[in-house]
Amino acid sequence: MAEKKAEESSERKKEFKTTVGGIPIKKVYGPVDSAPVDPNKDLAAPGEYPFTRNIMPTGYRGRLWTMRQYAGFATVEETNERFKYLYKNGQTGFSVAFHLPTQEGYDSDHLLSAGEVGKCGVAIDSLQDMERLWEGIPLGDVSTSMTINATAPIILAMYIAAAEKQGVDRKKLNGTVQNDILKEYIARNTYIFGPAPSMRLVTDICTFCAQQLPQWNSISISGYHMREAGATAAQEAAFTLANGIAYVQAMIDTGMEVDSFAPRFSFFFAAYTNVLEEVAKYRALRRTWAKIMKDRFGAKNPRSLMLRYHVQTDGFTLTAQQPLNNVVRVTLQALAAVLGGCQSLHTNSFDEALSLPSERAVQVALRTQQIIAEESGVADVVDPLGGSYYVESLTNEIEKRVLAYLDDIDRIGGSLKAIEKGYIQQEIANSSYEHQKAVDSGEQVIVGLNKYTTQEQHGAELLHVGADLEAKQMDRLSKLRAGRDNHKVKLLLDKVHGVAKSNDNIMPVMIEAVEAYATLGEISDALRQAFGEYRERNVV
Amino acid sequence: MSSKIRVLVAKPGLDGHDRGAKVVVRGLRDVGMEVIYLGLRVSPEQIVEAAIQEDVDVVGLSCLSGAHMSLFPKTMELLRNKGPKDILVVAGGIIPEKDIPQLKEAGIAEVFGPGTSIDTIAKFIAAKTEGKAR
Repeated sequence: MAEKKAEESSERKKEFKTTVGGIPIKKVYGPVDSAPVDPNKDLAAPGEYPFTRNIMPTGYRGRLWTMRQYAGFATVEETNERFKYLYKNGQTGFSVAFHLPTQEGYDSDHLLSAGEVGKCGVAIDSLQDMERLWEGIPLGDVSTSMTINATAPIILAMYIAAAEKQGVDRKKLNGTVQNDILKEYIARNTYIFGPAPSMRLVTDICTFCAQQLPQWNSISISGYHMREAGATAAQEAAFTLANGIAYVQAMIDTGMEVDSFAPRFSFFFAAYTNVLEEVAKYRALRRTWAKIMKDRFGAKNPRSLMLRYHVQTDGFTLTAQQPLNNVVRVTLQALAAVLGGCQSLHTNSFDEALSLPSERAVQVALRTQQIIAEESGVADVVDPLGGSYYVESLTNEIEKRVLAYLDDIDRIGGSLKAIEKGYIQQEIANSSYEHQKAVDSGEQVIVGLNKYTTQEQHGAELLHVGADLEAKQMDRLSKLRAGRDNHKVKLLLDKVHGVAKSNDNIMPVMIEAVEAYATLGEISDALRQAFGEYRERNVV
Repeated sequence: MSSKIRVLVAKPGLDGHDRGAKVVVRGLRDVGMEVIYLGLRVSPEQIVEAAIQEDVDVVGLSCLSGAHMSLFPKTMELLRNKGPKDILVVAGGIIPEKDIPQLKEAGIAEVFGPGTSIDTIAKFIAAKTEGKAR
């Protein structure tokens, strides 16, 4: 029936695409469309190069993905209470959200922190806060993902110091720091210093981890935030891999051998609602990265070739209108992530277009993953969509588009240059604006927003962060400054400045400084004096 | 056309979510307004200073970090003390409904939440600035 209609050219739309600015879709796909680019290799078995179908031979039959919910609750005490509760209930993977001042190098009592304290995450000003955050949780037994970039050296130093105070050997620490500064200039915007000194801090962390934290993921190269800013699926994939190439090259330029650090590189992507395009994106990403690492960088360790990644369902797709509909969106997005073979997954809460998430909404989000894992059956087979004419064709198409972008970026001189020129930002801004126009015109339907609208009020219970927290955190800081050896702190801050000016690795002095209870803002200021601050060019 | 509506768009505070602000900047330009984008991490003081210097008719504030209840009223207070009385101020971001009455009381003319079309914002601004002598 549907085919007959199509032949009569009475289809619902003039043109079908995966998303606005995405890939045009034919009526139906067959064997010709899905033929692999390299028939001998591209669709090798799961666990085999180039890992299109999965990096593990057994997929989720061995072990399910890690359900890693990103959270931070204002004060360290509240967050610690939550973490302890989760730990007692068997959760061993934590993901810490830091409030913006911590991410951007300001103490809670800084003028620019006004109004931001404890919003968007937990306030960490000093090692004292970090110690309290993990009180009662043995850091040798858990894995911790920390969304931290510009101030990653300081936060990682605090984590190591807190662990060692617990008596845990740093070699046993398991977790991730995001440490992906390039995408901050493109989308997420929590940079402090310019690209050159920032890249040096990134490589300092990667080198330090390779030598001293063998189980730690030293970077999480992120496409998520670019997608949130408006990138299409192919752009998200392309720009993330371009940044990945820049980091690998920067590490090689410091004299490191590729297989000594690449196995600890990890990635982070979004999941949109167009399920099959997302699945194809993850498959194309695995394949393209494996080829880049092998052919461009000569990596030999299979682990260097494997794209391991975390997925978060996409916040931008959630609507403030009829918020319960978001449960369905998140389900489709999480399904895409699982069908695509992610290593870990965060599902958003349905009320996040209205405010920071409430407890009830967070629970539904976690249950969504558990239902997919335990009831849907999709986790029982590896790469269930492999061989689908359409999905294989989309996988090839995304790979093709990624390679075309990578060629463009190589011609510009790499992703750092492309960012400085505003090229990547402009590509994303164009996609974002195109999307907005398509939504405003009704060409792109968003249920409950521009079609099937109702007048109902949401009536959701929202989370509220109290204002007294700011005063509490400021009080804590002044007590800390009064009770520590300020002469020693001063000497160590000078030392931080000196190492920043030299070519030495920044991490050892960071650990010394945080152990003397120098604050995050003070250490950031020492780095600001050495590196200067970055002012972005506004690309709209 | 010397009577173009002049708009300043800014993101006070430390929030980096600028997709919405950028789309609004471009959208308002496309309907013929003159739009200055001040960018990220600007203080209320810097916003007010720029609004006066650039002689704008409208200021658009965006915040998605939850700090709006501190940053928006502070900007309004400074604007009222230092700036011309008739600048129209609108805001956008993740702003819980219960906060809106207080923001309006502080002088913000309208709060545009997620999903608002460019057309809605442009029409609101055009209607509110209509007949304003320039």
